Amino acid sequence: MTSPDLFAGPLRVVNLGLELFAETLEADGVTVIHVDWRPPAGGDLRLVALLAALDDEADVADTSSRG
Amino acid sequence: MLPAFYRDSVELMRVAAEIRRREGVREAALFMGTPANLALLAEVDLLGDGARGARPEDLVLAVAAESGEVADAALATAQALLLAPRRVERDSRRARPRSLDSAIRALPDANLAAISVPGAFAAREAMRALRRNLHVFLFSDNVPLAEEVALKREARRRGLLCMGPDCGTAYVGGVGLGFANVVDRGRIGCVAASGTGLQAVACHLAALGEGISQGIGVGGRDLSAEVGAEMTTFALEVLAADPATEVIVLVSKPPHPAVVPRLETALAATEKPVVVCALGLAARPARGRVQWVSTLVDAAGAAAAATEGRPWTGRPLSDPSGVRQRLGRLRGALGPHGPGLLGLFTGGTLAHEARLVLEPLIGAVGDTDEGCSASTSHRVLDLGADTYTVGRPHPMIDPAGRAERIAAAGDAAETGVVLLDVVLGKGAHVDPAGPVIAAVAAARHRAASRGRSLAVVASVVGTARDPQGLEGQIVKLESAGVEVLPSNAEAARFAALLLRPERAASLLDGAP
Repeated sequence: MTSPDLFAGPLRVVNLGLELFAETLEADGVTVIHVDWRPPAGGDLRLVALLAALDDEADVADTSSRG
Repeated sequence: MLPAFYRDSVELMRVAAEIRRREGVREAALFMGTPANLALLAEVDLLGDGARGARPEDLVLAVAAESGEVADAALATAQALLLAPRRVERDSRRARPRSLDSAIRALPDANLAAISVPGAFAAREAMRALRRNLHVFLFSDNVPLAEEVALKREARRRGLLCMGPDCGTAYVGGVGLGFANVVDRGRIGCVAASGTGLQAVACHLAALGEGISQGIGVGGRDLSAEVGAEMTTFALEVLAADPATEVIVLVSKPPHPAVVPRLETALAATEKPVVVCALGLAARPARGRVQWVSTLVDAAGAAAAATEGRPWTGRPLSDPSGVRQRLGRLRGALGPHGPGLLGLFTGGTLAHEARLVLEPLIGAVGDTDEGCSASTSHRVLDLGADTYTVGRPHPMIDPAGRAERIAAAGDAAETGVVLLDVVLGKGAHVDPAGPVIAAVAAARHRAASRGRSLAVVASVVGTARDPQGLEGQIVKLESAGVEVLPSNAEAARFAALLLRPERAASLLDGAP
């Protein structure tokens, strides 16, 4: 997906955070799915950093298995 | 404190505003217990013993009231409001996904993630979205700089936009994201390091009959040495390739010197006319297709002219003879007044622009309550800055804090002119002019009781199609005796002329 594709096609949005933004987009006729987001790892910031590092690992593994 | 309890910040603002309205409550703050939030609460003496051990997943409720009973009752009400069923839970028609991945499963052709979760968690979600090939609109602020660098490099590597962190406004294919004014689609593409900067340019373009093709926000730090204009240069490429975009506007603060060469290379490589408004960087001579301007309204004017291949020269005042008349009338009506200007702004970029316009005309302008030298009484405050929003919603959403300051300006002997911005659009307060005019009346009353008068000058960032309606808001302000000018820069110049009439020659020369 390249950016001009984003501009050409209709916007389809995943919204994480302020529900107000999902409501506004919906009112504009945009397809939007609102995530009922909660802080991960019970909000423990050290655990969040660890999870982000694990995301990186998983991504690398994913890419090489596809490769 | 409510342990392991999460609500988004707009919900928290709603509850805080509700509590603050109660009799006897002086201040109310609802925060997730992150270290940064706890430090801010401690700074304003709102951090009670019960909240000292709070963790980031805990919700902290803090109330300052005239008595312990009032405070207890307010806290109980806050808890009841927070524990009432959430809108998400009330809406049982649809199951709400709990994670980005489950949302993508439900919407497999999603192409953009809009992220406004607390800053400490935002980078992880944004990185996941990019790795799933979603463009990102990242409204969250307080994202660590190193994470911003990593996100933007990843985005660029994948040919994706990472708009933000700290991106207040964007337009994608005619749809406004974040706090956006309702404008037509058009042929002018914007790259903006500032939400209100983009809003102002979009609204001025609308007034000129022009529309926005795309408005790509990049966040306030993109032109820092660390981020190195990663998204700004990419956005320029993207807009250069976008068939809907004929002319590009770039709005920013001055780039870090280390970034200037990369930016200049990107500008030179852009095969469309580009108007650059780097607020605070002296306008440079036009080179090739690149034109430099020094105010937001000029950015819109130059871009509109460029769509038609017309040459463009900015004017300090769009209607000099009208301004001359208004100045004459106002000076006649204005009694004894203080020598100083007080700017009370809701938009950070608008405050910054006002300072830049004012200083050559009236001298040094402070940007804090205190920090101005004895030789100047001029101040322009950005009331959306962190120091003023502790425990309060942003003043574009909740105008009460600014209204108090406007009213108090009537007591201040040094203040003769109050300068304001009024920002409309989706997400902003339903009637920003309403609280302003009530506060202006109160300020004038207080000033009059001390034998002084007060002039109030404003500009409105908005369009006819905004929910608040541009015309109605202007009429409301004018009916209360507020002088409304067509742009922030003009409002600042008009305010300067009220205090320093001898400057008129430089701004009004040639006017009948």
